[in-house]
Amino acid sequence: MELWYTEHHTEHVNFSLKVKAELFNKQSDFQHVAIVDTYEYGRALILDGCLMVTEKDEFIYHDMIVHVPMATNLAVKKVLVIGAGDGGTVRELTRYPEIERIDMVEIDPMVVSACKEYLPQTACKLEDPRVHIYYEDGLKFIRRKVNQYDLILVDSTDPFGPGEGLFTREFYGNCYNALTEKGILVNQHESTYYDSYVEAMKRAHQRIKETFPIAKVYQAHIPTYPSGHWLFGYASKHFDPITDLDEEGWNALGLKTKYYNTELHKGCFAIPNYVKEQLDENE
Amino acid sequence: MKYTQHNSPIHEALLRHKKNRVVPFDVPGHKGGRGTPELTEFLGADCLKVDVNSMKPLDNLIHPVSVIKAAEELAAEAFGADAAFFMVNGTTAAVQAMIMSTCKARDKIIMPRNVHRSSINALVVCGAIPVYVNPGVNHELGIPLGMAVEDIKTAISQNPDAKAILVNNPTYYGICSNLKEIVALAHQHDIKVLVDEAHGAHFYFGEELPISAMAAGADMAAVSMHKTGGSLTQSSFLVSKNTIDPGYIRQIINLTQTTSASYLLLSSLDLARKNMVLNGKEIVANIISLTEYARQEINKLGGYYAYSKELVNGDTVYDFDRTKLSIYTGNIGLAGIEVYDLLRDEYDIQIEFGDIGNILAIISAGDRAFELERLISALYEIKRLYSKDRVGMFNQEYINPEVILTPQKAFYSDKKSLKLSEAINHISGEFVMCYPPGIPILAPGERITKDIVDYIVYAKEKGSSLTGTKDMKVEHINVVV
Repeated sequence: MELWYTEHHTEHVNFSLKVKAELFNKQSDFQHVAIVDTYEYGRALILDGCLMVTEKDEFIYHDMIVHVPMATNLAVKKVLVIGAGDGGTVRELTRYPEIERIDMVEIDPMVVSACKEYLPQTACKLEDPRVHIYYEDGLKFIRRKVNQYDLILVDSTDPFGPGEGLFTREFYGNCYNALTEKGILVNQHESTYYDSYVEAMKRAHQRIKETFPIAKVYQAHIPTYPSGHWLFGYASKHFDPITDLDEEGWNALGLKTKYYNTELHKGCFAIPNYVKEQLDENE
Repeated sequence: MKYTQHNSPIHEALLRHKKNRVVPFDVPGHKGGRGTPELTEFLGADCLKVDVNSMKPLDNLIHPVSVIKAAEELAAEAFGADAAFFMVNGTTAAVQAMIMSTCKARDKIIMPRNVHRSSINALVVCGAIPVYVNPGVNHELGIPLGMAVEDIKTAISQNPDAKAILVNNPTYYGICSNLKEIVALAHQHDIKVLVDEAHGAHFYFGEELPISAMAAGADMAAVSMHKTGGSLTQSSFLVSKNTIDPGYIRQIINLTQTTSASYLLLSSLDLARKNMVLNGKEIVANIISLTEYARQEINKLGGYYAYSKELVNGDTVYDFDRTKLSIYTGNIGLAGIEVYDLLRDEYDIQIEFGDIGNILAIISAGDRAFELERLISALYEIKRLYSKDRVGMFNQEYINPEVILTPQKAFYSDKKSLKLSEAINHISGEFVMCYPPGIPILAPGERITKDIVDYIVYAKEKGSSLTGTKDMKVEHINVVV
């Protein structure tokens, strides 16, 4: 018998992984949560049918969402992570001893408990004493914060469903407010390869640009995400991610990473022409 | 067949009709959607298949004898009425049917001036004479309130021959008059009580809500099922007590109602009634908890005032509908209409309306908590980015109209077009209103004053959408010669 997990990347494109076993399968108050063990990619977290992380390629996403802003400002002390119930983003953050506090706001407790049990590879640092988990709507949490965080990482699902509020102008404005004067915001920025994602991505980028003086996009290749080409949004009130990159400082930390390095840091902001054109269209 | 509230007779008849695969050699000409493929693709084949004409198994709204009759009886039971009428031309038609069922030409009808335009339109059509009761005004918020019982007593003693009194239950903002007392007072004087419940359909189904018209003993009510009851836009209920002959009401409705009533609208009323009877308590409780949460959070933001039951004063605010999320924006230096525009243009959030000092968001069964979070956060952002000093804000006042001619007389008089500024002291021949909410600033037959012209100019400047005049730009107004 063959068991396959299939995600529809578009109406006409499917992405399938051969499944060894289903480990978790439940409906939470917010979404459907599943963890399956696959032959090629190891264990995978699936929310509402969409693949979120796999053991085999999660390092790419988590390296890129964390180390790019951290290498830009090594003095970050207080971090807010929104979403990220799998724990991978927090795991990377805990490698920086200089960070004093990590607040993680995840709307769905079931994602965290399922990952703690079945995805220890990413969830292993959620018990770190610096980590404080809040089970709340991210938009609601951030509204009450002013001038508190040096770094906000938005590790969200797609802009449809429970993560929708995290792609809105009101959210970016509230983030701006919650950041310190040298604050950085990095968000999961979708992809532009398939048409169905383009509008959401363009809108999100436009909204961020209206809110922050420095707003850029960087890329990574993530095999299990639609098209494999994925974007992150970088925004800051102060730091330019390339000219302010602290290459020496970061390398001196001696962090071992599987994807990220400071050369790649400089290169990842160079994006393909078709993406550039899509981003420039609004300007 | 014995129907219960678990049935939906029109809907069930349509399902049977679909199953029977009857060959249509009648209208509508799209024949189940085959004739207009693009429309069918857009709305769905299932929808087009039940867009049918009245026929024996589906009854006829003009003269219901079978399934529509059964559905109307169920609706009457659901609303605590003696009769119910399915309306397919909006609550506007229901309001007009109420007025025309009780008033003839030159009969008097007592009403607050902040009625919807549909009421005054009815006066243009039937020739009845309005006796306006000044609704109280909350000066802080600049909103019209309910009618004071004392004012109604005065109006009745001055016009003992009045045939009817019209009451909003609630107003757009959620404010209720003392309906029970008004009913008692009116009935002592043999005056019929007509209730515009365009914004009160849920009163019949939820708990901890203001009293409904039928429960208060009113004679008729126009209930906008499509606004808060879940049916399709343009569908509505007219409900009545046996103090008014239902056969006569039907005749009045048929004077102006279509003879090709849409079964999409009819079945939506049928199913919405069933849904509200079976699930309304839970739905309303959920709406109230969402609205209360939003109110609390918005009031914490500072600068905004999301008001509720604390406005209740035992008279002009006898009760408040807590499902309404009405918010005063004046303290952040922005007109409600400005906040309304910002929400839509900058934050992709569409709310019901903004007037000079307030905005109103409709919260209903279809809303989810995270969307309310968006609204709250967007309001916070608007305050942070756009708030101004209060300087130059208009203090909204109730402008007591001076009625010179009946609406009908004024509307049909010879008229000439004047620039707004030159029209002061003339008698208006038409309506001017902001839409929404659609409450006339000027009605036909009223004296145009400087205060009124100033108000119109200010509302236009702030971006309100003004309607009613023949001049689409509302720069000119027709006055009675």
